[in-house]
Amino acid sequence: MSSLLEARGITKCFGGLEALSDVSLTINQGEIYGLIGPNGAGKTTFFNVLTGLYKLNGKQDRGEVLFDGKAISKSEPHQVAKLGIARTFQNIRLFGNMSVLQNVMVGRHVRTHAGVIGAVLRGSRTRTEEKAIHEKSFQLLDYIELSNQSERFAKHLAYGDQRRLEIARALATEPKLLALDEPAAGMNATETVALKKLMEKIRADGITILLIEHDVKLVMGLCDRVAVLDYGKKIAEGFPQAVQKNPAVIEAYLGGAIA
Amino acid sequence: MNNFYNKIKSDKRSAWVAFALLGIMLAAAPYLAAATGGPSWVRIIDFALLYIMLALGLNIVVGFAGLLDLGYIAFYAVGAYLYALLASPHFNIHLPFWALLPIGAAVAGLFGVLLGAPTLRLRGDYLAIVTLGFGEIIRIFLNNLNAPVNITNGPQGVNGIDPISLGSMSLAKANSLAGIAVPSLHQYYYLFLALTLLIIFTTLRLQDSRIGRAWVAIREDEVAAKSMGINTRNVKLLAFAMGASFGGVAGGLFAGFQGFVSPESFGLMESVMVLCMVVLGGMGHIPGVILGGILLATLPELLRYIIVPIQQYFFGKVIVDPESVRMLIFGLALIVVMLYRPAGLWPSPTRKRELVEEA
Repeated sequence: MSSLLEARGITKCFGGLEALSDVSLTINQGEIYGLIGPNGAGKTTFFNVLTGLYKLNGKQDRGEVLFDGKAISKSEPHQVAKLGIARTFQNIRLFGNMSVLQNVMVGRHVRTHAGVIGAVLRGSRTRTEEKAIHEKSFQLLDYIELSNQSERFAKHLAYGDQRRLEIARALATEPKLLALDEPAAGMNATETVALKKLMEKIRADGITILLIEHDVKLVMGLCDRVAVLDYGKKIAEGFPQAVQKNPAVIEAYLGGAIA
Repeated sequence: MNNFYNKIKSDKRSAWVAFALLGIMLAAAPYLAAATGGPSWVRIIDFALLYIMLALGLNIVVGFAGLLDLGYIAFYAVGAYLYALLASPHFNIHLPFWALLPIGAAVAGLFGVLLGAPTLRLRGDYLAIVTLGFGEIIRIFLNNLNAPVNITNGPQGVNGIDPISLGSMSLAKANSLAGIAVPSLHQYYYLFLALTLLIIFTTLRLQDSRIGRAWVAIREDEVAAKSMGINTRNVKLLAFAMGASFGGVAGGLFAGFQGFVSPESFGLMESVMVLCMVVLGGMGHIPGVILGGILLATLPELLRYIIVPIQQYFFGKVIVDPESVRMLIFGLALIVVMLYRPAGLWPSPTRKRELVEEA
């Protein structure tokens, strides 16, 4: 199995606080890789470093991220998206006052080209492109089973639908790696089962998934490999069943044994 | 109203009829205005068209991209002074109109980028303050650039600007077309109307495009837009440049129309006025913005003609200066509109839906 993403010795500081210290991990092509850990462990920070929202440019920051063989730790978010990492957000960040369909259409931005002149003149190339954007976006809405609500405002969708719409918007950028930040947060049991199926479907389509999740049952049943972060350090990595029994992990989640 | 829309959408023939009627109305407007209110009303309509262009330009920045710009009139000033300096005895340069228009648009667009570049990380109130400062800087520069080298002629402004002429036809004097005499003001009206329609067309096309969606996405959530692969820096600069270039075109037309420009015409109040047109009409909704432009450009003038006769009728003399009453009523009207129609007089259907669903 070839590696798609390789994080080497990532250290990210905010002032005196080391949010991530020397985190290294490798995500292989085609797997679902879980990233778990207690609140404040640095999972989302890791995501932000990965997607370019945080850059490793502080004095004490170290490490590098290789994606598909290219160093991306100094790239802007839109460049990272272009290279093929798409993400969702822990606190949903949809374009609330745009329609459901338009949200997905925005995701096509990075794979399309029409500029101002093309948009104003609307020649045959622009028209074909617009049509393709439209069709592809509708397909994705079908894929997440939301096409019956395409004209509603994104902010008026039910919570679980909003989470899925974020995934569709991310998929519209044609990512190689889909990074999901707690997609099951706030979902009920039925919605979580549907989400699990959706992620399996996405993986079957050949997209690698990096998953931050609190729902341990979901992670254990879904992920091929899991890494555990605690206070910014990676304390365990491996197959879910092995990680589950790792004493360091148990301590991080439940606290140490009483002496 | 909705029925009317659907009918036009579904039936090609009634669409043509509606377009034809609108066309006739627009063509006849200056004659109607001149017949009912005299030539001064044609002048008011001409100005209303300039304001519509400005409002549509600002709408790209404020309405689409969500970047609050309080110094928008600076681009109008840039367009106007550029025209004034390149087509007047001041430097004794006399470029033709067809060259001045694109130059004005391009240079104003460049100023848009100049303003946009340092403000890329700012939003909301902070951006508003910086843009407000930018507007004032431009005005103060124009006011003071008469020494040590006289560029703008300072507070006196630039005089004797060449009137707009299309080929050999000067719009400053009446021309006859197929036997019908077309007065100067009317000719300006048709020219402004043509350019306004061009700007409306451009904005409509942009709105419904990849670029337009990117603008709105930035307005809605900049971080998410970035992460979805939108180069927010370029797309924001593009919004500033497009909005500014419309302002530059309007400014050039203003200079050629007036024959005189001075820094006084480009104060903060003008920026606020254009912003009011956008907000009052319905931010981000092109028909709304046009309506806002028409109303705010003509209403104060209308009041000017009403206030003095009313006072004379009731009191036999003018008690309160019409100018202050005018602004008072105007301000009241704005407050009432914002209280009862917070989304604007003619908001986009989606925006209306949003208010209804939330209620």
